[in-house]
Amino acid sequence: MDYICILIIQVISSIAMLVLLAIGLAIMFGMMKVINFAHGEFIMVGAYTSVMSVNAGLNFWLATFVVAPLAVAFVGFIVERVIIRHLYGRIIETMLATWGLSLFMIGTVTIVFGNTVTGISAPLGSISIGRFSNSTYDLVLIVMAAALLVACALFLRRTNLGLIARAAMQNADITAVLGHEPKKIYCATFVVGAAISGLSGALIAPLTGVSPGMGLAFVAKAFITVICAGPAVIFGTGLVAAVFGTVNTAVTFVATPVFGEVALLLSAIILLRVMPKGLTARIMRKAL
Amino acid sequence: MTVDRRTFVKGCAGVLATPYLVKNAFAEETIKVASIHDASGVLDILGKPMAAMTQMAIDEINAGGGLLGKKIELKSYDTQSNNQLYGQYATEAATRYKVAAVFGAVTSASREIVRPILRRYKTLYFYSTQYEGGVCDRNIFCLGTTPGQKTEKIIPYAMNKFGKRVYTVAADYNFGHIVSKWHEKVVTENGGTFEGVEFFPLEQTDFGPTLKKIQSIQPDFVMADLVGSNHIGFFRQWVSSGMADRIGLASTIFGTGNEQLFTNPREHNGILTSACYFPEIDTPENKDFIARAAKATGSDRSPINELPAMSYYAPQLWAEAVRSAGSFDRDAVTKALEGNLTYKGPGGPITVDAESHHVTHDIYIAEAWDHGFKILERYENLPPSDTAAVCDLAANPSDTKQYVLGN
Repeated sequence: MDYICILIIQVISSIAMLVLLAIGLAIMFGMMKVINFAHGEFIMVGAYTSVMSVNAGLNFWLATFVVAPLAVAFVGFIVERVIIRHLYGRIIETMLATWGLSLFMIGTVTIVFGNTVTGISAPLGSISIGRFSNSTYDLVLIVMAAALLVACALFLRRTNLGLIARAAMQNADITAVLGHEPKKIYCATFVVGAAISGLSGALIAPLTGVSPGMGLAFVAKAFITVICAGPAVIFGTGLVAAVFGTVNTAVTFVATPVFGEVALLLSAIILLRVMPKGLTARIMRKAL
Repeated sequence: MTVDRRTFVKGCAGVLATPYLVKNAFAEETIKVASIHDASGVLDILGKPMAAMTQMAIDEINAGGGLLGKKIELKSYDTQSNNQLYGQYATEAATRYKVAAVFGAVTSASREIVRPILRRYKTLYFYSTQYEGGVCDRNIFCLGTTPGQKTEKIIPYAMNKFGKRVYTVAADYNFGHIVSKWHEKVVTENGGTFEGVEFFPLEQTDFGPTLKKIQSIQPDFVMADLVGSNHIGFFRQWVSSGMADRIGLASTIFGTGNEQLFTNPREHNGILTSACYFPEIDTPENKDFIARAAKATGSDRSPINELPAMSYYAPQLWAEAVRSAGSFDRDAVTKALEGNLTYKGPGGPITVDAESHHVTHDIYIAEAWDHGFKILERYENLPPSDTAAVCDLAANPSDTKQYVLGN
């Protein structure tokens, strides 16, 4: 019984991890079709901001929920103004530019903080479930991932701003005719995506080694999740994360972590073969 | 004074020729050796202190009057964590500068680039990284510890402390696979049960499922031979899921990448590890060595662990051999080294094993504590028995293979 319980928690926390990695990218790529190869480095900057703030004596939660998103939002704003805004609609150029940006950010952080690993311990300790114990912080991640998904969906569906954002993504010209400036909307969306990536990075920081190259370990999974999600970016990201997280964890338990990764990639290939436009191009098309 | 065309030309020729004359005069006084390390790029955390300690050894040899009346000139190459540069620099050192010996290579992959090149150009080669063992080549001397030396003592020690049921997690490449076979071998030889092994790719960041698996198996301790920055997450997640109080943790390589600095005391206190050198070794010689090393590494204060320490030993061992041979000639120096030559370093003596060209080591067991190590035990003169079991260069001097150990 306790084993099944711990298994379920593990599956859900793997799903939450994928959601956290992908949701910032989902907003940028899914909504604006901006392929941001520097997504992993946005996460990295969020993680560094949180670690440095905590080391400077700041409260962990304040550093995670306020400082890191703000810092990465600022980075996102600069990047949008300097690079991205010139490249909307030019996918190949955006890829190249953001790839260069990724190398630049890794290099800059390496020069400032050195090519070493830092990090902070996870707060909150652990809880016991029968013979097993589980990190309490895992539960925080699960709650945060769910909260982010719900907040994004509610924002887009229920608020006026969300409506305008969706309209600008569907047809920028008509939105402009109606008196809204698409450029500002794009910029705001990119900054929000960056802020959420920063938050994800800060949330992941206590679980892993924080180093200049850490983003590379995350970016592929984030892209796979978002591309498989299809047109309904928010709902699709959640759904695809649920599928991949379950497959990955189940196979890892039965076999090894290597096969877990292989199973995840294999299911992504099968999914894209059967549904080339992503999961939500076929099902739940009305979702967000 | 008037300068006519003829004197002007003569003067110019003299000025232009000066560097060559000086260089030739200088060359008779010095002997060149080369150091090839990744002092920048992703591997700089390992390569930088290794290069600095090679330099320090050469400086000290020169300060002591050089060798056979000659100064040693060190050609330092930075391979920038780019393996292609290893081939280029090794060739340049051997053919253009005709160095007497080469010290270096950080990873096994880079060593395997340098090794055949230096053998072809008949240039003596010293490798100082701890590695998976098994290299059998008369042109190379390996000063790093090998899996046998690493596992032989720490596993029985940990079994005594924690219990006899052992589970292994290791990095998913040849080092991890070879060392985990040694774990299994030593555990069973000492009457324990080997409960299994799990390998992680170097990109692995989420260790949750494995931590749950380990909890369901409930071993007495886990041998964690993990490598690189992503694997630091294992120690974080281990503590945050509350396993630190229930299951012991030991490793043969914790500390080689300065993991004790990048984790918090809560995450590393109590992890058992073994190496042939720790900066905490409490002898006057070692305290003096550490003080000199701090000066040599300057602002870059990475602790001197096993890799930089052996990078210091290697030129010193070569110098002992040159003194004993009375020559810089490769074959004479090799013969001297094969005469079971000993160098007494700050961490203990190393003695060359003539058959395998590896060395005996004093092995220490230590416990990570507050960003450093507490030394618990010392075992003297452990032979490189793993490589010696497969490699006999006395009987088979033209061997160039790297044997896979532990099968």
